[in-house]
Amino acid sequence: MLKMTNNKVLLILTAITIGAVALYMLYDLNPAIYFYQLPSRVKRIAAIVIVGVAIAVSTVIFQTIVKNRILTPSIMGLDSVYVFIQTSMIFFGGASSAIVLNSKANYFVSMLLLVIFTLFVFRFLFRFTKNNVFLLLLIGIILGTLFGNLATFMQMMISPEDFLILQNSLFGSFSAVDESLLGITGVIVVLSVLYVLRDFNSLDVMSLGRDHAMNLGVDYDRKVSQLLIVIAILVSAATALVGPMMFLGLLVVNIAHELFSTYRHLYLIIGSVLISVLTLVLGQMAIQFMFDGGVELSVIINLVGGLYFIYLMLRRSKV
Amino acid sequence: MIKVRDIAKSYGEKKVVDDVSLSIEKGKITSLIGPNGAGKSTVISMVTRLLDKDSGEVLIEGDNIFTQPNNALAKRISILKQTNHLELKITVRELVSFGRYPYSKGRLKDEDHRIIDEAIEYMELGELEDRYIDELSGGQRQRAYIAMTIVQDTEYIFLDEPLNNLDMKHSVQIMQILRRLVREKGKTIIIVIHDINFASCYSDNIIALKNGRVAVSGTKHEVIKKNILEEIYEMEINIQCIFGHNICIYFDDQAGDVTEDDAQEYAQTVAHEQLRA
Repeated sequence: MLKMTNNKVLLILTAITIGAVALYMLYDLNPAIYFYQLPSRVKRIAAIVIVGVAIAVSTVIFQTIVKNRILTPSIMGLDSVYVFIQTSMIFFGGASSAIVLNSKANYFVSMLLLVIFTLFVFRFLFRFTKNNVFLLLLIGIILGTLFGNLATFMQMMISPEDFLILQNSLFGSFSAVDESLLGITGVIVVLSVLYVLRDFNSLDVMSLGRDHAMNLGVDYDRKVSQLLIVIAILVSAATALVGPMMFLGLLVVNIAHELFSTYRHLYLIIGSVLISVLTLVLGQMAIQFMFDGGVELSVIINLVGGLYFIYLMLRRSKV
Repeated sequence: MIKVRDIAKSYGEKKVVDDVSLSIEKGKITSLIGPNGAGKSTVISMVTRLLDKDSGEVLIEGDNIFTQPNNALAKRISILKQTNHLELKITVRELVSFGRYPYSKGRLKDEDHRIIDEAIEYMELGELEDRYIDELSGGQRQRAYIAMTIVQDTEYIFLDEPLNNLDMKHSVQIMQILRRLVREKGKTIIIVIHDINFASCYSDNIIALKNGRVAVSGTKHEVIKKNILEEIYEMEINIQCIFGHNICIYFDDQAGDVTEDDAQEYAQTVAHEQLRA
């Protein structure tokens, strides 16, 4: 079989992604209202790129740290916590309270709580479970179920009108992204990614494991705690912006691993970013043009991602 | 010279390493032996700063290793732990190149490539250099990891059970390479090893641990002695000098019942039969 070099794969992937973005921008453009259509599409693409970068980068690094390709921050219960936070706001504040109506306040409160939760899970559990992946996954799932159930419980108690308002924030979607939040999320994501890229060679060394990395002079433990903070910020920013996209990270990073047979983070990170933008654009095109907005994007992502997750589990169990 | 003073480590109530002091002579192979659970791996992990110690100090040429910057230390000591299988798509050459990280920070220069080529040749990995690590046999993989350590070019090389899972041929091959490294490149090598005959044949000094303490330490001739080893391992061990090497015979089966008188008697019978024939 002819083996393509990683650079070639990267080039083709970039071309496809740009093509998909262009197609999304220009598809079925109505000359009469293009001045309305175009800005709204540009806005969505901007949101897609921001979220795509945040999820891809954070998942690649997370998996380098836990040395496992089926664990992602979202699967560790982060998404359920987000739903729990949104439900609590309506449950305790009511649908007309400032924190629900004011999207900026909602965004910052959600993000802050998510970062706190993630750091708690990472810091605390990593120490307790001694990086035992299965124990971590188990605790993540239990925490996810706990917060999921608490949220469901509260959802039963609120009025149907409130629930309708809540429902919008329970699915990840790019249809109703608040413009004013794009800028701030973009800045957060760019700063975090720059911080990671500053020293991405050490990520390659870290993928060899703690002992090898320490041997080669990397301050492994300090580096891991710094990176975990960055991951918490990235995932929280993306989730607070568009809502939960549980299987997105898992999907794109694993596809990147299959496309680029390498350990090198340069390829893995750029590849995952491109795949994640591509996935989101294709999904957005499907719901916007095929289903006329009748389906939420996260439903499609989770359907595809979930199936892929099962496939990964089955393939692993065979080995 | 590395000097270790009173290092200790406990897990909960259990003292795994109990005030161990030892010194490691330059330009020699030092073997760490002892029964399972004696604390050999824990000692080596603490000496190479992979594991935090509870107390004590480790001095390399007089410098305390726990106050040295990690990167500077990576140019002076290297440690290869028992290799756990990596789930990485990484080729032999890429793995070996990682050894240059303390010097190049991931941007390899011409000189780095030259050193990597040299190590690959030294470890006879030329034909394998583009193969992925997970496609290799245990012995080949071990050689690749050792090549990475050679490329790191440190004066002290620590190896935690480098012969684990290797057959006799590959074990001998690895030990000969280690001897060559000491002879030709003046390295100082410290290995944790289970097979006392390998320790006896290939090392200069031996340190024996038992229950988290140093039981005995000295040159191999001082340590490979019947009474010393029997006390450490709590079993009968006979030592024979074969081709100039002290070989331990410790198969606690019928062979153990053969006394020296039996052996002499047997030798006489054989001699008689040869005379008669």
